[in-house]
Amino acid sequence: MIRSYLVALGCVLSLSTAWAIDPEPPFEDPVLETTYQALINEVRCLVCQNQTIADSNAPLASDLRREIRQMMGEGASRGEVIEFLVARYGDFVLYRPPFQSTTWALWGAPVFLLAIGAFVFIRILRARMSQSLEDLDPLDETIL
Amino acid sequence: MWRYLMPIGIFVVLAGFFLRGLSLNPRYVPSPLLGKPAPEFELPRLKDPGASLGSEDLEGKVALLNVWATWCVGCRQEHGLLVELAEANDVPIYGLNWKDDRGAALGWLSSLGDPYVASAFDELGEVAIDWGVYGAPETFLLARDGTVLYKHIAPLTREIWASEFLPRIVEQCGSLPCPTVEGE
Repeated sequence: MIRSYLVALGCVLSLSTAWAIDPEPPFEDPVLETTYQALINEVRCLVCQNQTIADSNAPLASDLRREIRQMMGEGASRGEVIEFLVARYGDFVLYRPPFQSTTWALWGAPVFLLAIGAFVFIRILRARMSQSLEDLDPLDETIL
Repeated sequence: MWRYLMPIGIFVVLAGFFLRGLSLNPRYVPSPLLGKPAPEFELPRLKDPGASLGSEDLEGKVALLNVWATWCVGCRQEHGLLVELAEANDVPIYGLNWKDDRGAALGWLSSLGDPYVASAFDELGEVAIDWGVYGAPETFLLARDGTVLYKHIAPLTREIWASEFLPRIVEQCGSLPCPTVEGE
């Protein structure tokens, strides 16, 4: 009985995407490993565009991981790896594109929308506040 | 008045964006290599592993570099056209055999025809990364001075050939077939 549970558990676990797609052993230096993990979680897999290369098991993703691992093993910094990737695949390869002339709307839109929201919110709030002070009907107890 | 116009206005603007988005192709990622020197490379040849194929072989030529593989369905689709283009011989076609099996690739060429002057064998996909390749088939058009003139991602078609490649080739070469050596 317990054995069949274990087999079932084994089957479920074997499906988990958390079981490293990356077959390589981690870097011995924990700082380097953290940088590497953070980096591959920010690079888009161009074959399967809504996945990072850390998530994807596409052959190109594994090639890119190998390339990045090799570069970092040879002492390349995060910036150098990003520069390397952008020179070949363009900004689209980054999940966090740089702020520049083509992306100001992308970065600015949330701030802009938040500002509109705040403006509307404050106006409504003010209108209600003045209303509740001036137009308060002493007979209408439901408001209170 | 504003109260009613604002939501409608926002809706119209958003709908406009979404409508535009429907007709865009998210798989098309423009190459940052366009107009820049083609990346240097040097790889063993597919047919003759002892010899190499590299940037030197492309030097001074208006040429196509076609990224292909036997596992790539789109490559099979465009192969007939490539063979035809090779027969017309307007520009030399070089191949970059990407992450493939040598035996399978040789079998493919002998059964479907070999349009390539030569193919480079990129087993690990390292040169492909340098060229920003992400989905075969991809076809690069290279200028005489080694710059990347154009890149087509997806199977080549007659329409694309006529509208995107030919005008650029004619501009580069003056006449067709493209004269191989100029000046020296």
